[in-house]
Amino acid sequence: MRSLVASNRIEARLGIVLLLMVIGLSLTTDTFLALANLTSLLNNNAVNLIWAVGLLVVLIAGGIDISFAVAASVVQYVAVYCFEALGGGNWFIGFLICGALGIGLGLINAALIHGFRIISIVITIATFNAYFGLLMFFSGGRFIYDLPDWWTDRIFIFEHQSASGVWSELSLAVAVMAGCVIATWLLIRRTTIGRQLYAFGDNPEGARRAGVNIALMQAIAFGWMGLMAGIGGFMQVNIVKEVVPNALYGRELEVLAAVVLGGARLGGGKGTVLGCILGVMFVAITQNGLNLLGISPFAFQMIIGAAILIAISSSNISLDLPGLGGRRVALGTERAP
Amino acid sequence: MIRLRKALGVETLPLLVMLALVVVVFALATPRFLTAANLGSMAVQLPVLGLLTLAMLVPILSGGLNLAIIYQANLSGLTLAWVLLSFGGSEAGFGAFVLGTVAAIAVGALSGLIMGLVVAYIGAHPILVSLAMMIFLRGLGEFMTRGGDISGFPDYMRVIGHGDVLGVPVPLLIFLGAALLWHVMLKRTRHGFSVYMVGSNIDAAEYSGLHTKRTLTLIYTISGVICAIAGILMAARFNSVRVGHGEALLLVTVLACFLGGIDPFGGFGKVLPVVLALMILQALSSGLNLLGANQHLSTAVWGLFLIGVMALRWVAQQWNSRRRREI
Repeated sequence: MRSLVASNRIEARLGIVLLLMVIGLSLTTDTFLALANLTSLLNNNAVNLIWAVGLLVVLIAGGIDISFAVAASVVQYVAVYCFEALGGGNWFIGFLICGALGIGLGLINAALIHGFRIISIVITIATFNAYFGLLMFFSGGRFIYDLPDWWTDRIFIFEHQSASGVWSELSLAVAVMAGCVIATWLLIRRTTIGRQLYAFGDNPEGARRAGVNIALMQAIAFGWMGLMAGIGGFMQVNIVKEVVPNALYGRELEVLAAVVLGGARLGGGKGTVLGCILGVMFVAITQNGLNLLGISPFAFQMIIGAAILIAISSSNISLDLPGLGGRRVALGTERAP
Repeated sequence: MIRLRKALGVETLPLLVMLALVVVVFALATPRFLTAANLGSMAVQLPVLGLLTLAMLVPILSGGLNLAIIYQANLSGLTLAWVLLSFGGSEAGFGAFVLGTVAAIAVGALSGLIMGLVVAYIGAHPILVSLAMMIFLRGLGEFMTRGGDISGFPDYMRVIGHGDVLGVPVPLLIFLGAALLWHVMLKRTRHGFSVYMVGSNIDAAEYSGLHTKRTLTLIYTISGVICAIAGILMAARFNSVRVGHGEALLLVTVLACFLGGIDPFGGFGKVLPVVLALMILQALSSGLNLLGANQHLSTAVWGLFLIGVMALRWVAQQWNSRRRREI
């Protein structure tokens, strides 16, 4: 247990802060621990967490992806036309098409990064602009409401009516989220590919000399990110029942903040699924708590920003010399187990 | 010739050629491209993006990134607006404007200073610090304005946004002045030298006796100051201030820096190629606009253009190394 805490120091700290927040909120409000609140918390953050675990894999492999939220929008749009051409489609075809489109967009990033040896932030900012510009140009900024029924029908995996008549339910997106989280955990912690991803992110040249296929690593990291972007976009439509080309614009930076807060290192080689979940939940519970405490919604973002700033400041104090950029060792010196 | 090349750097000539190519292509495609009206509107549109890019440039040179620039500019603009409003809005005297400008620059500098201190003394990653600052400042702005906009500024502010001196638009003069200042700062001052050293190897710089923490703090503070100037210019140009004005420019500034040959890892890069890159982006956008395309297509073309340039640089590098091997 002690070694677990020592090797996951950022996760442990974040977990304690989160626990204190949960205790505080359940004492000060009587609605926080209500089943309906907890299920809506999960429903509202399912898509963010799907993207977060995808981004985690890219960060572990030493890259960064700015383009995934826009890529998810592209997937949504193209999928609408695919389903039309296929005469409707169903859930199985939906996952297949959205997953494949997402992987395709991710592989474009990987091919450019590996092919031209360009750092991932440059390429993904370029593809971010290219995807978003082309999407807005070809869609004309139009919303699409005319979607297949199966896609927008609400499916609940859990329903419960309390004595006072309040329904609490978990949507399908939560089940998909759980699947994505478990699959990502299996990929990075239970396969040789996962070990190679950590090694590659920590020291690309060292990994290459040790016989790691670096083209394959880039393809797997960005392909996985693309798969998660596609699935996340697919589930997002199920939740909001519309396709809006610029709805997801800007979400990438919020997800990035949550993932890095959870201990994934910009620069590669470090990060856990648990930290990722804690990072997303930290932002979600802060917002939820502010809401329940009756604070003006206009102040939410300000307080969340300040909370993240304080969290990163306190989690880095007493660690080693400052480090910047991808080349140098950034936060701390402990290795991912 | 070789001395000239050395002074300009390897990036400048190819970018000049590219700029010429873009201008020639659009001049042939539409007769309206090389008219005074189009060039004038380009000269008025470029400076806001240009100033914000200068704010992004030095943090990237130091191996970091400043993702908060847009909201630093917005909040500085808001500060100016509030000072002007409290002195009577459109009737406010010039003294109020000076006071507002000082307050705006102070706000920009303060937000930068906080980021710089956290990056330098706590050692957190600049992307994360500036991201948190961005979320905070956006929230602060939305909290104070309730998402609305503030307008109604005195008439003399129009001079900053729309006036000209001897036919050269004032915004362009401000931008060129700032770019020159940035060039001198990076090439001729002790701080500029420290920026390059911190960007290439912060540990070596530290052990060589450079005060790297002070350098980092100063980098983000100065970045905040130039954001404030961009924010004031935006307020003058649009005659209104709103949180979120110019949001779409955030990643374009990073794109312009990379296009201008700034090393994404930091340590290498110059101001002049970045200015040329900005001109290319503006020419692409204005030219496509004249041909009937909208801003979104320009955004896509910018992205594809960056990929193309990076690919060309890779090809040139391969070719050079092969030639060297043959010799």
